[in-house]
Amino acid sequence: MSVRRLASEQPESFVFTPENLAWAEKQITKFPEGKQASAVISILWRIQEQQGWVSEPAIRWVGEFLDMPYIRVLEVATFYTMFLLAPVGKKAHIQVCGTTPCMLRGANKLIDLCRERIHPEPFHPSADGMLSWEEVECLGACVNAPMAQIVPDTYEDLTVESLGKLLDDIEAGRPIKPGPQIDRHHSAPVGGFKALTSPELYDGSMVGQGVGLQAAREAIAARAAAAEEAARAAAEPKPAETPAAPAVKAQAEADKEKVPNQVKQNVPASDPAVRPDAGKKE
Amino acid sequence: MAKIIVDGIEVDVPPEYTLLQAAEAAGAEVPRFCFHERLSIAGNCRMCLVEVKGGPPKPTASCAMNVRDLRPGPNGEPPVMLTKSPMVKKAREGVMEFLLINHPLDCPICDQGGECDLQDQAMAYGVDKNRFAENKRAVEDKHIGPLVKTSMNRCIHCTRCVRFTTEVAGISELGLIGRGEDAEITTYLEKALSSELQGNVIDLCPVGALTSKPYAFQARPWELVKTESIDVMDAVGSNIRVDVRGREVMRVLPRLNEAVNEEWISDKTRFIWDGLRTQRLDRPYLRVDGRLKSVSWGEAFAAIAGKVKATSGSKIGAISGDLAAVEEIYALKALIGSLGSTNLDARQDGAALDPSLGRASYLFNPTIAGIEQADAILIVGSNPRKEASLVNARIRKRWRAGGVKIGVVGESVDLTYPHDYLGAGPETLAEIVAGKGAFGEILANAKRPIVIVGQGALAREDGKAVLAAAAKIASAPGRDEGWNGLAVLHTAASRVGALDIGFVPGEGGLDVAGMLDAAGQGALDVLFLLGADEIDTNRLGSAFVVYIGTHGDAGAHRADVILPAAAYTEKSGTFVNTEGRVQVANRAAFPPGDAREDWAILRALSDVLGHRLPFDSLGELRKGLYGAHPHLAAVDSVRPAGITDVAALASAGGSLGKAAFANPIHDFYLTNPIARASATMAECSALAAGQLAAAAE
Repeated sequence: MSVRRLASEQPESFVFTPENLAWAEKQITKFPEGKQASAVISILWRIQEQQGWVSEPAIRWVGEFLDMPYIRVLEVATFYTMFLLAPVGKKAHIQVCGTTPCMLRGANKLIDLCRERIHPEPFHPSADGMLSWEEVECLGACVNAPMAQIVPDTYEDLTVESLGKLLDDIEAGRPIKPGPQIDRHHSAPVGGFKALTSPELYDGSMVGQGVGLQAAREAIAARAAAAEEAARAAAEPKPAETPAAPAVKAQAEADKEKVPNQVKQNVPASDPAVRPDAGKKE
Repeated sequence: MAKIIVDGIEVDVPPEYTLLQAAEAAGAEVPRFCFHERLSIAGNCRMCLVEVKGGPPKPTASCAMNVRDLRPGPNGEPPVMLTKSPMVKKAREGVMEFLLINHPLDCPICDQGGECDLQDQAMAYGVDKNRFAENKRAVEDKHIGPLVKTSMNRCIHCTRCVRFTTEVAGISELGLIGRGEDAEITTYLEKALSSELQGNVIDLCPVGALTSKPYAFQARPWELVKTESIDVMDAVGSNIRVDVRGREVMRVLPRLNEAVNEEWISDKTRFIWDGLRTQRLDRPYLRVDGRLKSVSWGEAFAAIAGKVKATSGSKIGAISGDLAAVEEIYALKALIGSLGSTNLDARQDGAALDPSLGRASYLFNPTIAGIEQADAILIVGSNPRKEASLVNARIRKRWRAGGVKIGVVGESVDLTYPHDYLGAGPETLAEIVAGKGAFGEILANAKRPIVIVGQGALAREDGKAVLAAAAKIASAPGRDEGWNGLAVLHTAASRVGALDIGFVPGEGGLDVAGMLDAAGQGALDVLFLLGADEIDTNRLGSAFVVYIGTHGDAGAHRADVILPAAAYTEKSGTFVNTEGRVQVANRAAFPPGDAREDWAILRALSDVLGHRLPFDSLGELRKGLYGAHPHLAAVDSVRPAGITDVAALASAGGSLGKAAFANPIHDFYLTNPIARASATMAECSALAAGQLAAAAE
């Protein structure tokens, strides 16, 4: 991250389209009266959707629209890095994830491609002004790493080739497909499922028929037999052990009492006996 | 009340106390940068970390956690806070190391050096080494006006300045943009601050990021001799500390006085000091053949004696100015009285205030601190923001606490808090007195209303009637016992003191307007001006004008004899503020050149005139003064004035005029001779005028 300043060249003024204005007016009604400033982030975001970036006249416009000081709007606009304070590519602003999982899966090569194809520096529009790029932190699609975001969609499982094709398509104005750029549905395994593939698993015919079932039944029977054996052994008198048992038990009880503030498992936590402070009010 | 054990000492504090306050109650010192008693809590400097038992198992910011947030121990023992444990020591050392990572080591060239919180706390709680070997961050300095200099590399992002300007000063102009390491304090597009209280951010800044621009590189705090004194720029009587090096006042800082200025002062108070050096009258002058010529004291006195002896008492007059102390007004009154004249006046603007109606008729009776108890405030013909910035800050504080209605009759101005604008003139006031309208009803039902009457509403033909109308509201039935809501807001530091000792026309005497008329018609031969510069000196005709004052301003330009006197930092003098609080200003420096203290000039002159005043020292003068006016001896206190005077005033009546109320002060920065001599104030004034023009476009 670096110091974020307003762009040196700014448009003369800002106006919302009538639809966006109506939308913005509706946003205000979501908040209690006098708290209309709470709508600042959503309105700034809508401005960025309309303009492609957030300009200085737009910041002033929001200040007047929401009856809040300009500096407060500027604080919000400069705090959130999602707000772009300078013009970016007209057709697309490519946000390449460079965080660890994507980096391990080759995000650096994607960034190199962006440097080569678009501009050596992030946030700078390409020569024709159509594209720009930046490196962003994790966007949460690590399963499909590496990925890039072109608001509002993400483009995943990228390779240098598929990102290059994506850029070609954007430049040419061809439609592009969001999501994984390889043969894969969302984050399902690449190349189809590798496990649990037999169709019987899903048609109900295997219920009660599994190979593990017999083994489980055997294990249960063995455990029952062992328990029976132990009970028989206990029924026979064993004089050497009997005097020791109560003493050990008593000692164990005494130890339990010593531990301060021990939570008794069978008592609810709100019981005053367990938490002397619970139920007390200041 | 909640119990808490701080470092082994059990204290009983209100549960809403923060841990930091509880620690202070137990006598434990907790370092802090962002926390300030009079601002909201930010909790972002992390310097106040403490260890608690009964709360989070990690170091806790003590400024941001209440005592009631902590759980008691297993057997109901009070929660425990440790401020000296190894964990706390380590946490503080860590925080300090982080703060110093990006803080430049430029203390030798920093104006805050020697009085810097960061410097002091780094010594007390930091470690001697820094493990950070990378480059420090660099931040561009911001331009935020002619008063506050910025050095943004030094900023530690405590946001005290942002919170002060937003909460106390009421201007949302400063902000923290960016985030993390890149955060920067700035105004929107580096526009200059528009507040008249902005200088306080210099005191609030715990480091050297915001320093005084006029004072930059002028002096070091340990070279300065500090004198506690009283400000005279307005009638609030802010408590100040005057810092002097050699003969020169280097700066003015606020002193804590909860009843008056809390710990703020206005920019005029703070930055006036360069005006104390320029345009000074440092030797007596006598007008010879139309030109002022430097003369000796003896020659000047002889010239005055010649004129006075050639005329009769009724043709002598005296006008006292806005910056005069009670002592010299008393001396002047005695001198003029001994010459057989009753032409005395201190009300340069002609305000309809009459001390014979009782002290309650011209005081800010509810007191400045009392504003915080008000439940309705009506402001008549005044812009407190310019006339008494700290009273305005108090009203804003009251408004922030909630549950108060504020109405304004007069000019519609930005007061920094929302208010109901009711109307421009006396008709609106009459309606409110009759209890009509929404605000009339609010006032009628209020238990503790305040009616602030500005000089703009009093210095007019119908001033008496306006005062009576205000008194009628204040003395209406149903008010709380002992509540006196009539609040006359003065603009001149000397006014209440002058009215207290009765410096108003005696029997058959002329007031200011009368004296000006008489002088113009040649009916007044000798006129003494005690620092009086706010009158129309072109109307003085051929009268012989004796000007006793400090600066070459309007009065000195017209004068026939100039007697150089001492400014407020150069003499010990009593000032009574608008609420009637008697305070004594102390001498911090000596007057320049041949200039002398005003009372001594008058005493010496009286000898030459053959009417020697009965005192040879300030002590003797005060003895006489206190004998005649015992309440002036009760320094630092307010003698409450009775509500009965207000009730009597209410019945006085009179008919209200039609003209809208006009505020007396439009240029906050240039209200007195010292301010008009100050380059800093001139710059501020030009900037404010430019901003007004820009706003009007």
